[in-house]
This record gives sequence, C-alpha cells and structure tokens, in this order.
Amino acid sequence: MITLAHYIVLGAVLFCIAVAGIFINRKNVIVLLMAIELMLLAVNINFIAFSRFLGDVSGQVFVFFILTVAAAEAAIGLAILTLLFRNRRTINVAEFDDLRG
Amino acid sequence: MTIQLLAFYFFAFFAVLGALLVISLRNPVHAVLSLVMTFFSVACIWMLLDAEFLALALIVVYVGAVMVLFLFVVMMLDIKVAAAREGFIRYLPVGIGVALIMLAEMIAMIGVRAMRVAPPPNPATMRGESNVAWIGQALYTRYLLPFEVAALILTVGIVAAVALTLRQRTGVRHQSASQQVAAVARDRVRLVSMPAERGDDGAKS
Amino acid sequence: MISTSILLAIVLAPLLGALLAGLLRKQIGRVGAHSVTILGVGIACGLSLWVFWQLVWGGAAIYNHNIYTWFQIGSIGAHVGFQIDRLSALMMVVVSFVSLMVHIYTVGYMAEDDGYQRFFSYIALFTFFMLMLVMSNNFLQLFFGWEGVGLVSYLLIGFWYKKPSASFAGMKAFVVNRVGDLGFVLGIAAVLYFLGSLSYSQVFAHAPSLVGRSIEIIPGHSWSAATLICILLFIGAMGKSAQVPLHVWLPDSMEGPTPISALIHAATMVTAGVFMVARMSPLFELSTTALSMVLVIGATGAFFLGLIGITQWDIKRVIAYSTLSQLGYMMAALGASAYAAGIFHLMTHAFFKALLFLGAGSVIMSMHHEQDMRYMGGLRRYMPITYFTMWVGALALCGIPPFSGFYSKDAIIDAVGMSHIWGSSYAYWCVLLGVFVTATYTFRMMYLTFHGKEHFRVDQHAGHGHDDDAHHERGVLAHTPHESPWVVTLPLVLLAIPSLLAGMFAVQPLLYGNFFGSAIFVLPAHNVLGEMATHFHGVLPLTLHAVFTAPFWIAIAGIVVSSYVYLFNPGLADTIKRALGPIYRVIDNKFYFDEFYDAVFTRGSVALGRTLWKRADDGVIDGVVVNGSASLVDRVATRARALQSGLLYHYAFAMILGLILLLAGFVFVGRA
Repeated sequence: MITLAHYIVLGAVLFCIAVAGIFINRKNVIVLLMAIELMLLAVNINFIAFSRFLGDVSGQVFVFFILTVAAAEAAIGLAILTLLFRNRRTINVAEFDDLRG
Repeated sequence: MTIQLLAFYFFAFFAVLGALLVISLRNPVHAVLSLVMTFFSVACIWMLLDAEFLALALIVVYVGAVMVLFLFVVMMLDIKVAAAREGFIRYLPVGIGVALIMLAEMIAMIGVRAMRVAPPPNPATMRGESNVAWIGQALYTRYLLPFEVAALILTVGIVAAVALTLRQRTGVRHQSASQQVAAVARDRVRLVSMPAERGDDGAKS
Repeated sequence: MISTSILLAIVLAPLLGALLAGLLRKQIGRVGAHSVTILGVGIACGLSLWVFWQLVWGGAAIYNHNIYTWFQIGSIGAHVGFQIDRLSALMMVVVSFVSLMVHIYTVGYMAEDDGYQRFFSYIALFTFFMLMLVMSNNFLQLFFGWEGVGLVSYLLIGFWYKKPSASFAGMKAFVVNRVGDLGFVLGIAAVLYFLGSLSYSQVFAHAPSLVGRSIEIIPGHSWSAATLICILLFIGAMGKSAQVPLHVWLPDSMEGPTPISALIHAATMVTAGVFMVARMSPLFELSTTALSMVLVIGATGAFFLGLIGITQWDIKRVIAYSTLSQLGYMMAALGASAYAAGIFHLMTHAFFKALLFLGAGSVIMSMHHEQDMRYMGGLRRYMPITYFTMWVGALALCGIPPFSGFYSKDAIIDAVGMSHIWGSSYAYWCVLLGVFVTATYTFRMMYLTFHGKEHFRVDQHAGHGHDDDAHHERGVLAHTPHESPWVVTLPLVLLAIPSLLAGMFAVQPLLYGNFFGSAIFVLPAHNVLGEMATHFHGVLPLTLHAVFTAPFWIAIAGIVVSSYVYLFNPGLADTIKRALGPIYRVIDNKFYFDEFYDAVFTRGSVALGRTLWKRADDGVIDGVVVNGSASLVDRVATRARALQSGLLYHYAFAMILGLILLLAGFVFVGRA
C-alpha cells in the first residue's frame, strides 16, 4: 500500500537533490536551470499527492498553473541564457558578478 | 507488497537516479537526457495517483517541448565539457551536507509517521467521471480567470523569448521574397532602339 | 478702610516712575527723571504711612485679597494679591521712607554721573519689587519680588559697568544669590507639595498638619517635613540676607554707588530674608531644628563678620561688615523666636544704617570719591552736619541708650539669653561679644574719618580727581573738603530723627504690646518676649536700667579700647596688629571664605567642566556617539560589502541557509 508519506518523501528527496545541484554546479547555468525544474517537479509531486489524499481537485489545478509558469520560465530563461552566451561567450556562473555593481 | 507499491519503488528509483545524474554528469546533453528520464518516471508516479491528465501533460509539455528546448540550447551553445564541471569535487561535500540536513529537517517537520494513511476513494472515480473531466470542471468554472491569466503568461513568455533573442544584424545580405515576386521585367530591363552603325568607320574614328 | 486701589497705587507709582525715567530718559531729561521717580516713591511713602496709620490707630481690618489670577492649575492658583497686616505695613513704611530719602540724596550724589536717569529708574524699580515682596499674600509673588530685587541689586552693583571690579561684584552677588534662591525655590516647592497651596493664609492654617510628617530624600533617612521646608526657605534667606556662609557677595557689592549701598545692601533688600523668616513664623515655630540653625548661623555672623570690620580701611566696607553683623543679630533674634525683636531691629537698623551709608557717601563726595580712611581724618571741621548725623547713627549702631539701636539690640541679646533651644548659649556669647566688636569698629571708623590729623593735603593744581583716577595721586585733593548740598544733608537729618527716636517710641508697643497680632505666631514654649514683658516696666526704667546690664558695659569697653587705640595713641594699632599677626591675617583675609570658594567651587567647576568637555563631550559624545557611530557604520559596511559578491550561488547559498534555519526553527521551536 502506497501511503502519503511515500510521495512526500520522494518529493523531499528530489528537492534536496536539486538544492545540492545548485551548490555543486558553479560553472554551468544550464544545470542550474535544470535543478530549478527539478525543484518545481518535487513541489508538483507534493501537490498532486495531497490532492489525491484529500480528494480535492484544487491541487491538480495548481500543478497545471505551475507547469504553465515553469514552461514560460524555461523559455525565457533559455532565451536570456542565449543572449548571455552571445554577449559573454561563456555560461560560467562564477564569471557573472555584475550584480556587485 | 502490492503491484502498485512495487511500481512506485521502481519509478521512484529511476526518478531519483535521473535527478542524481542531472547534477553529476559532465556532459550537459547527458544531463538533459537524465532529466527527461526523471520527468518520465515522475509522470508514471502521477499515474499511480490517478492524475492521468497532468501525467500526460508533463510528458507532452516538458519532455516534448521544454526538454527539447533545453537540448536545443545546449547543443547550440559551444560549451567546453571539461571546463563546465570544474570544482565539482570541491563543492560536493558542501552540497551533500546541505542537502542531507534539509532532507532531515523536512522529514522531521512534515512528520512522516503521521502520514501513514491509505488514500481515500477517488471522488471522481466514484462519480464515474474521468480525471480530465474533474480537472476541466474546476478549471473552466472556478479557475477560469487564472486560466486566462496563465494563457496570457504563456503568450508573454513567447513574445519575451523572441524579443530577447532577436538580433538585428547590420550589413547582412538576404533575399526579399516579396520583392522578388513583385519584380516585373519592365523594372529590370530597359529596351532601347539604336540605329545600327557601320563597322569600319567607327573603328577608325 | 484700606482699599485695593490705594494698595495698587503704592506699588504702581514707583513702577510708573521707573518706566518713565528708564524708557523716556532722553525726553524727560535729568530733572524729569528725578521728579517722576521721587513723585512716585513719595506717593508710595505717603500712602504707606496712611495705611500704617489706618491699621494701627484707625482700626482698619487686615486686608487679604487676590486681585488678579495669573493662572489656575487644578486646585493650585497663581495669584497676585496683597496681605496687609501690621508686619507688612511696617515694612512698607520702612522701605518707602528709606527709598524716598535715598532718592532725594541721589539728586546730589549722582549729580555729575552720566547714568543719572538710569540710576533713578533702577532704584524706583527696586522700590516696586521690594513693595511687591513685602505686600505679597502668597509665596509666588514673594518669589517674584525676591528675584526682582535680586535683579535690580545686580544691575546696581554693576552700575558702573565700565569698571571691571564692579561688573565682577555684580556677577558674584548674582551667582551667590542663585545658591540661596535654589534653596528658596525648593522650599516653596516643598510647601506646595506638603500643603497644596501657595497662599500664606491657607499654608499657615494648615501648617500644624505638618507635624509628624516626614520625607525620605536619601532612602533610609527620613526628614521632618517642617524642618525640611524651613531649612530650605532659610537657605534662601541666607543668600538674600547675606548670612554665613553665603555672605561673601555683600562686601563686594560696595562697588556700587553709595545710595544703593544704603538702600539695597543695608536697609531694605538684605533684610528681605529677615522679613521672610518672620512672615513664615508659623512654619518655623514647628521646627526647633530649623530655629537652632537660624540662631547659630545668625549669631556666628553677628560676631565673626563684625571682627572683619575692624581690619578694613575702606569706609564703605566697614559699614558693609557692620551690616553683616547686624543682619546676624536679626537672624539670631528670629532663631530665638523673638520675631518682633528681629523686625524691630530691622526697622531701627534700616534707619541708622541708611544714615551711616549716606553719611559715608557724603564724606566720599567731599573727598572726591576717595574711600580709604587712611587718607581722611579731621573732617569734622569741614562738614558739621554730616559729622553730627553720623554720630547719631554710630551711637545707635553701638546700642548706646537712648538711641534706637539700644532698644532693639538689647532686646535681641536678652531674648537669645533666655532661649533654651540647642545652640542658644553659644549664640548668647556671640551676640554679647558682638557688642564689643560693633563698638570698636564703629568708633574706629568715626575717629579715622572725622577726628585726628588730616591725612590729605590740598593742591589746587591736582586736577579734578574722580574723573580720571589714573592720574590721581591718593590723598591729594583739588580743593578743601566742604559740606554736601542740602539734597544730601536733608535725608541725613531726616534719617537721624528716627535713628534717635524710633527705638524709644516703638519699643513698648512693638515688643511687648502684641503689635503684630496674628501676623507673627510664637509657640508658648518659645515665647521669650512674653517672658521679657514681665520684667518690663516702661521705657524710662528700661533706659536707666541699661547701666546695670552687661551689654552696656561691653559696648563702653569697646568704645574705650577704640578711643585709646585710634584717638589717643595712633601708633598702638600697628603694635597690636604685629602682636596678633596670624589672627590678624586670618581676619584681614575675611576668614579665607573667598579663597575657599574660589578653590573649591570656582576651580572645581572649571575642572569639572574641563573634564566633561574633554572626556564626556570630546571623548564620549564626539568620539563614541557621533564619530563612533559613523566609524561603526563604516566598519560594518566594509565587512558587509564583501557579502555582496555579485555571484549568484552566494545568494542562493544565503537563501538556502535561511531556509534551513527557518525549517530548524519550525522543527525545534515550532513544535514546543
């Protein structure tokens, strides 16, 4: 029997892997973006699991919206990445310190 | 152990494996493909949760569109694989440590023991309607306005992505189809009539 | 019947004169200035006499009304009002009469001074404040008058403001008076705190409720409320009436013109403290401790400050120390609960001390503003009226019967002798020996000034001395000394009359006739005057009986010693001086009070100020608070700047760290 705990733990594990990925990768912005996608996926698992176990459709509707926003975010993120690469000829995160001003 | 539980562990294993590969593979193309595997496994787990519509949407939208976009970008950009993984070993302990602490805290906070409950009967199935009908019912009534906003966001996303990457190159020659089509002989060739000349005289003068 | 409009006229006439003389001095000129002020003070004097007459012989009731409400806060009101009983009426007469005499005298004395109108404006203003002080029916108005006379005193001591010593003397008087006034204000506040009112009648009616109440100022030490109030009020009186140890300003105040030395620093203002203590008799009677303090401090001043007078050479300073000594007598009388005797001496002293000062002023005028007695001598031939009237004042001061001073001073000595409170035997010896001292310095002054050889010479070419002191050789006069004009001698004569007669006629009603009625309250246990009344058999027997009392013979002894040393054997003074070297030096240096204050308070506060400036202001406020906070921000910012690396993963790390901490908070704290 699959309990709620199974799904929640799976979500937590995926989320923490994504966090670790953000830490480990200092060179590649694309991997960072993929880690963010992973995080959103982990959250979505939670939403759907709770929706199922509470018998409420709102959780699934929310996931729908998250998917939408994540798609838009991925598109824009990649567009920015392309632009960045075109201007700097690199996607090394350590070289992006323009925020320091 | 039921067949569902077996299936859960199977898919969960591949989901976690894919996620670990995403963050550890040297080659970004391989990483993207691992992510595809994770998405696919998670979609299957969603199937176990009776969320068929979202599972299929995940595969279609993510695996079909977003991941392909990723692949496209990764391949388009000229990335040195070796350089892209520098410092991996150095930051690995920190990453693992932070991840483990977070995991422990999350599990402790959620209180997993309290959640050892069996799923209640699915209300949609009991009413005899499909998951798609269930979601659609909610999406087009209560959540109509957010739904419209989501559509707007996607549109803005498309416009923004295009606007960001669009490049106006100067000094580039390219053909203009409309001009080619609109061209007529009269514009290009002018026929003039000239009187013929006598060869020898002209050559001498 | 005493009406409000008459009382208002008494106070406002001098004020009007002061304003006219002060603000319109160019328009009304010299004659106008002294005319309006003399008219104003004359009106005040005449009406005061009429009010006094009405109260004493006309059977008028005591007047006590508020005529204007300044403000009202809850149950506490600040009013302007008059309480006219026999005490205040007597003070009004003394103040306005002496003031009038001084006004007339000033016409002659200040005739050549540039600040003529200003001077008249000030002394008329002084009269206004002093009358407000004595006529007040509440503590706040008393304080108004109290500060007002202090202000005018400051202005007049520093009247010749171009002279640095006069400016400093004015400031000294002002500062020393602030010390006393602090006590006074606290005393008024204590009255308000304990009795909830500022009106005399209400405060005195509720005064008995103070008995048994106490306050803890320093935790663990409770003070009797009555003692606290009385001591605080008396500290005010110490400042104003120049009691030990706040007396130091009075000798220096002699830098001012002589008329105000007579008016303010001898006859009236300095007696305000005496008047105030007498007015507060219902409060002081509640605290034997405070009475003892008044008695001891007064008696100490009476003897020891008189001693200083013997060593002084400046004629005005001799009289100034004499004033300190006589104020000590008055205070001692109050301390012995013989309030009537204190007021009686106040009155007679006002007359004869004003007379002595004005006489000294007359001498100074004829000597071209030379005040040092070593350059005088033999003046009796040149100025007979001054000579004669000053002798009247001198004998009154020494307490020789039947001059007025005898009756008042004798009563004080008897009263102190009969008192049984703590310190009364010490006080008795002080006042008794004070008689000897008084006689000695008074006769010394008279001999040095009017008798003996002339210690000056007349040189027609010596220029007109007092305009430019720098080129003036001391002891050289441009022309022979001459008697002063009639505006100067008339007040002398008019003051000599009460100096001679006031004691004789006033002693019986004032001391033994319950003259003041309800204005002064004495507990039966303290009633020394009542005891003395049983031995009183009329003025003539009292006068004749003087021959058999100790004070009389002590005074005679003083006169004999003084006569021998200064009149018949002038060389002896130096011999004695050498023989008593160390003691003489201590006395000549005024017991080193000024040096002590300079070392402790002046240098102490300068050092304190310097410490606060260097340590607190530069060090703490500028260094730590102002610059310190700036440099703290600078240092923190320098560190914090490193945090802004601009690198994404640093920010992500911070976010996740925050998330971990938040989760940890939920896990470990949120559950509990």
